[in-house]
Amino acid sequence: MIHTVLAFLASVAPVAVALPIFGAALAFVLRRNPRAQRIITIGALSLTLLFEISLLASAATHGTQAVQLGGWEAPFGISMVVDEFSALMLVVSTAVSLAVLVYATAQGIADGDEDGPISIFHPTYLVLVAGISNAFLAGDLFNLYVGFEILLTASYVLLTLGGTAPRIRAGITYVVVSVVSSVLFLIAIGMIYAATGTVNMADLGLKLGELAPGLQMVLHLMLLVAFGVKAAVFPLSFWLPDSYPTAPAPVTAVFAGLLTKVGVYAMVRTETLLFPGDRINTLLMIVALLTMLVGILGAIAQQDIKRLLSFTLTSHIGYMVFGLGVGNVAALGATVYYVAHHIIVQTSLFLVTGLIERRAGSSSVDRLGSLAKLSPLLAILFFVPAMNLAGIPPFSGFLGKLGLMQGGVSLGTPVAWILLAGAVVTSLLTLLAVARVWNRAFWRRAEDAEDPHPQLLASLAEEDGTTAVATRRRTLPATMVGATAALVALGVALTVFAGPLFEFSDQAARHMYERTPYIEAVLGPDAFEGYVPDPRSPEFVGGEGP
Amino acid sequence: MILAMTVGVLAAGGTYLLLQREMVRMVFGVGLLSHAANFLLLASGVPAWRDEPLVDRMDLAQAADPLPQAFVLTAIVITLAVTIFMLALAVLGHNDDTRRAPETGETHEK
Repeated sequence: MIHTVLAFLASVAPVAVALPIFGAALAFVLRRNPRAQRIITIGALSLTLLFEISLLASAATHGTQAVQLGGWEAPFGISMVVDEFSALMLVVSTAVSLAVLVYATAQGIADGDEDGPISIFHPTYLVLVAGISNAFLAGDLFNLYVGFEILLTASYVLLTLGGTAPRIRAGITYVVVSVVSSVLFLIAIGMIYAATGTVNMADLGLKLGELAPGLQMVLHLMLLVAFGVKAAVFPLSFWLPDSYPTAPAPVTAVFAGLLTKVGVYAMVRTETLLFPGDRINTLLMIVALLTMLVGILGAIAQQDIKRLLSFTLTSHIGYMVFGLGVGNVAALGATVYYVAHHIIVQTSLFLVTGLIERRAGSSSVDRLGSLAKLSPLLAILFFVPAMNLAGIPPFSGFLGKLGLMQGGVSLGTPVAWILLAGAVVTSLLTLLAVARVWNRAFWRRAEDAEDPHPQLLASLAEEDGTTAVATRRRTLPATMVGATAALVALGVALTVFAGPLFEFSDQAARHMYERTPYIEAVLGPDAFEGYVPDPRSPEFVGGEGP
Repeated sequence: MILAMTVGVLAAGGTYLLLQREMVRMVFGVGLLSHAANFLLLASGVPAWRDEPLVDRMDLAQAADPLPQAFVLTAIVITLAVTIFMLALAVLGHNDDTRRAPETGETHEK
C-alpha cells in the first residue's frame, strides 16, 4: 500500500514545481491583501515541503524514478528525474526557504510595512523556489536552463527590492554576470545539440562518449564555466561578495544558502552523468584549492559580518568542488552531505546576522560589543552554526570534511595531499574568522568597540536599567528568533542523524557513478542494449533551399 | 558560413559593449550576445530552408527540426524579460558611477 503511494508520488514529481508557481500566481492576485498573501505563501511552501519529504522517502525506497511530461517518449519529450541526490536537495532547499520565509514575514509584520513594493516579495519568493525545484528535477539540459532562468529572474527582483541606490548598483553586477553565464550555458546547449541531436541528460550520457575527445573537452568545459559562475567557483566568484550583502537580510540568507548550490548540483550532474571519467579531475582539484584559500583569505580581512559570511560562502564552495575533483564514491558522498550541511548552516548564520543588525543597529564588528550579555540567546544562535561552519567536532561540518578527506586520502595522489592540507588550513582560517566575530561582537565590552552603534549602547543602558525612561527599542520578534532557532536545530539534527544520512548520501553517490539507475529510469531498462540511431542521419540532413 | 560569421560578429560586438561603463551600452551588449546565442542555436538545427514540422501534413524527411526553434523561442522570451529588467535598472541607477567611483569617492567631470 505505502509502496504504491510512494511510487505514485514520484510519478507526479512536477507538483514540486507547480505548487509554488500556482501559489505565486494566487499571491500576486491577492497583492492588496497582505494577510491572505502571507497565508497562501506559507501554505504553498509547507505543502511543497510535505510533498518533497514523501518524494525523498520514495527515492530512498524505490531508487531513481523518472516522469515523462505530456506523455512524450523519453529522449524527445521533457523528463523529470527524482533520485536520491535531487530529492535530498529538494527537501533541504524547501525546508530552508520555508524557515527564511517565516523569518521574512515576521520581520515584515514587525516593521509594519504592509504595502509598497513589499507586496511583490511573496509571489517572487515562490517563483524563486519553483525555479530551484525545477533545476533540481530537470532531466534535460534545456529544462535545467529554464529552471536557472526562473530562479535567476526572481533573484534579480529580490536583490533589487525597494530599488535603493546600493541595491541597484549591486544588482547591475549580479544581473550582468548571471546573464553572461546563462548565454554561455545556452551556447553550450546549442553546441551539444548540434553534436549529438539530443538534450536529454540520460541520452547525452550515452551519446557524448561517442564524440571526438577534443570536442567532448570543449563541451565539458563550456558547461563547467557556465555552472562555475553560478556556483561562485574561483576565479568566477568575484561577483558574489559584492552583490549579496546589500540585499535585505532574509534575501541574502536564502541566496547564500541556495543559489550557489544549484550551480554545484549542476556541476555534479555534469561530472557524473554527462562526462564521466577523470579527464579534468586534477584541474577541478586545483580550482577547489584556490577557491577555498582565496575565499577564506578574503573573509579574514572583512569587518562587516555579512561580507565576511559571503567570503566564507565562496570559500566553502571549494570543499564541494574538492569532493567532485577527487572523484570516488566516498568523496562524492561526502560532497552530497556537505552541500546539505552548508545550505542550512550558511543560511542560519545570515539569519542570525539579520537579528544582530536588528538588535544592535549594525553588522560591522567595529561597532558591536557586549552582545553575549545583551542577548545570550542570540549568542547561542550564532555560536552553534559558527562552530559548525568552522568544522569543530562533533558538528556536521567536521563530519562532512572528514568524509571528504577520507576520499582524498584514498585517492592519494600528490595533488590530493596538497588539497588535503589546503582544506585543513581553510578550516582553521574559518575558525579564526568566526572566532574574531565572536570575540569582538559578543565578548568584549561595548565601550571597547572602535565606534559603538548608538542603538547598541541604548539597548545596553536599558538592560542595566540606567535609563530612567524605558524607551521602546526594536526588540526581536519571537517568530523571527523561532525561525532562526529552527534552522540552527536542523543543522544540529544533521549531526545527530549523521549515520543514516551518510549511508544515504553514499548510496546517492554510488548510483550517480554507476549511471545505470539514472539512464535506465529515463530511457527504459534496455537503454544500454540497443544503440539508438541518430535521428539526424545523412538522408535526413540533406535538403536544398527553395 | 554566413550564419557562423554573423554569430562571430554579434558575439564580438556584444562583448565589446558589455565592457563599457554605461548601463545602456551593457544592455545592448547583452542583447547582441544573446542574439549570437540564438543564431547558434538555430544553426544547430538545419540552416537550409525546410518544410514546417507539422505531423501528418508534411513529409517528415522534408520537415525542419522543431527543437532548436522551440529553444530559440524560449530563449528570446527570457532575453526580452531580462532586457526590460536591465533597462529599468539603467533608469533607476542612471549615472550612478559615471561621475563618482562609489568605493573611493573620487569624482571626475564628464
